[in-house]
Amino acid sequence: MNGTKSILQLGRLPKCPTGIQGLDEITGGGLPRGRPTLVCGGAGCGKTLLAAEFLVRGAVQFNEPGVLMAFEETEKELKANVASLGFDLDGLVQRKKIVIDHVHIERSEIQESGEYDLEGLFVRLGHAIESIGAKRVVLDTMEVLFASLPNEAILRSELRRLFRWLKDKGVTAVITAERGRESLTRNGLEEYVSDCVIVLDHRVSDQIATRHLRIVKYRGALHGTNEFPFLIGDDGIGVLPITSLALNHTASNGRIATGIPRLDAMLGGKGFFRGSSILLTGTPGTGKTIISANFAQTAARRGERVLFFSFEESPDQIIRNMHSIGLRLEPLVKRGLLRFHSARPSLYGLEMHLATMFKEIAEFKPHVVIIDPITSLMHSGTDSEGKGMVTRLIDYLKAGQVTSLFTSLTQGGQALQTSESAMSSLMDAWVLLQDFEGNGERNRILYVLKARGMAHSNQIREFLISDRGIDVVDAYIGPSGVLTGSARVAQGALEKAAVLAGQQEAAQLKREVGRKRTALERQIGVLRSDYESEALELRRIAEQVGTRTFVLGTERAASGLLRQADVTVEAVTRGKTKPERKPR
Amino acid sequence: MKTKTVNRHPSAKSRQAAQIWQLRLYIIGRTSKSLAAFANLKKICESHLKGRYLITVIDLLKQPQLAKGDQILAVPTVVRRLPKPVRTIIGNLSDTARVLVGLDLCPTD
Repeated sequence: MNGTKSILQLGRLPKCPTGIQGLDEITGGGLPRGRPTLVCGGAGCGKTLLAAEFLVRGAVQFNEPGVLMAFEETEKELKANVASLGFDLDGLVQRKKIVIDHVHIERSEIQESGEYDLEGLFVRLGHAIESIGAKRVVLDTMEVLFASLPNEAILRSELRRLFRWLKDKGVTAVITAERGRESLTRNGLEEYVSDCVIVLDHRVSDQIATRHLRIVKYRGALHGTNEFPFLIGDDGIGVLPITSLALNHTASNGRIATGIPRLDAMLGGKGFFRGSSILLTGTPGTGKTIISANFAQTAARRGERVLFFSFEESPDQIIRNMHSIGLRLEPLVKRGLLRFHSARPSLYGLEMHLATMFKEIAEFKPHVVIIDPITSLMHSGTDSEGKGMVTRLIDYLKAGQVTSLFTSLTQGGQALQTSESAMSSLMDAWVLLQDFEGNGERNRILYVLKARGMAHSNQIREFLISDRGIDVVDAYIGPSGVLTGSARVAQGALEKAAVLAGQQEAAQLKREVGRKRTALERQIGVLRSDYESEALELRRIAEQVGTRTFVLGTERAASGLLRQADVTVEAVTRGKTKPERKPR
Repeated sequence: MKTKTVNRHPSAKSRQAAQIWQLRLYIIGRTSKSLAAFANLKKICESHLKGRYLITVIDLLKQPQLAKGDQILAVPTVVRRLPKPVRTIIGNLSDTARVLVGLDLCPTD
């Protein structure tokens, strides 16, 4: 079977999946099939556990029975030890999936006389393998033999023969060994096992212990060469990264509203990209948690699942505090749309936090993840570890198209941008919250520092928190700078007053003009009446003249009559004085 | 130390002497080592335990399951089942002095 498989894979080394979280990713599919692998490390590194998990997962997940040859612990001890990780070794032994053989030699009880070999071990192992058709073998820890058997020369030659024999048997073997001072193993087992060597390590830095795993050697296959942190959790070993570090996640065009309409407006009118990573930084008390909670509420009300990791406040405290600004988170928690996960950052190391978060995320399958604040988590490891953790977290979330919101606390006095330089490059969008002091008050302002892939506002907005929730308003920007809070209100009032004054002036001007107009009209009336009276006078005079002429004429005619004058004179005079024609 | 106590105590010595020694020789196949071990063991028993020993030869090639019980790793191995306590000697038993020490047999006996 081994042969045909390697032909099928065209020379690629056949691999034996371990089923251990992350280890198969680093090794590109598992341990070399049909070959021995050496796992070495100091005391308490998890060698036995790794080996046991390899066997148990092989039996349970891949239907490959296994033999565990234990040189240190008894069968009973082993069962009890791995039971704490949820492995039912006892059941597997009963179902003939796993054989445990405890090899025990007491040097004081043994006398050596003449030549011997370790064929007995081979027979025992061979018998165990054949009894269940085992495909996997674990030898834990072979080095005990060096202490038990007096003749090292025989032991070494027999070990060489053993590993050859294991290869011939076609079983995938894991051999554990103690880490030596100068060599990988105390007794130089790495000379015999040359196909794959994994080194485990348990280091304490800054009082926080972290386990590391490194593949020193993997003959004939590509493998991750880094030191990967791993941890022993409730369900066995987990090697991080759980996701590969390749940058190949798909990018969504969907948008996700922030819950603050004005903020959405600042982000191209539609909010953040779905599946993007968002950083929210600010000094203490600028409202980071509030914006996060608001974002959470908005998403949950749309029916999306939201996972809220809180590293500073307990869930109850957040719910109570958010209640005061009108956010009702409790019903959402009850409906199962919002889940809180609170833990103290110092509770355990960074890797454990990360693994716990991965586990929660895998279990809850959220659409939105909020981490409040990421900084306190990052402080529980070194800077590079912290950045590595955020990278892995973002990778993991992006791979699942989960929108993530990280809040980050900036200490007062620190330059806002520089303090986040470790993280900012990983983030797709960055919203900055800031205190603005002046006029004896502090006001919150908000601006979008970056938002990849969208046109975003360059404006500084004032951000108000009231018992009705959050609102974002325009900050007043004028010749005297950016004004917020009461200064902004005062400036507004000032402007209003100026407008009012202008209006009043205009009204007065209007009234003045009106008055002038009436005065003018009055004058026109006076002038007209003057003119009319004069015209009347003129007519009256004209009439008087006419009458006088007529009277004069008649008198002249009468006197002419009396004096017996010509008739023609009378007729001419009458025609000139006709009173019917009126000048108008 | 035990040897000394046994030697000083005549009753213990007689009890030991009266008991039948049960020895198990584990071998794998009829190899030169196995044969040498058996021959050496028989020689020692004949000279020190004449008439009160029983050697059981177990070939692990035929009965591999028996290896687990006596914690056999190396072959050949002699296990002294009786008298108690159980003692183990590994090798082809060519070094007689060490076999005698291992079996807790006084060389002067």
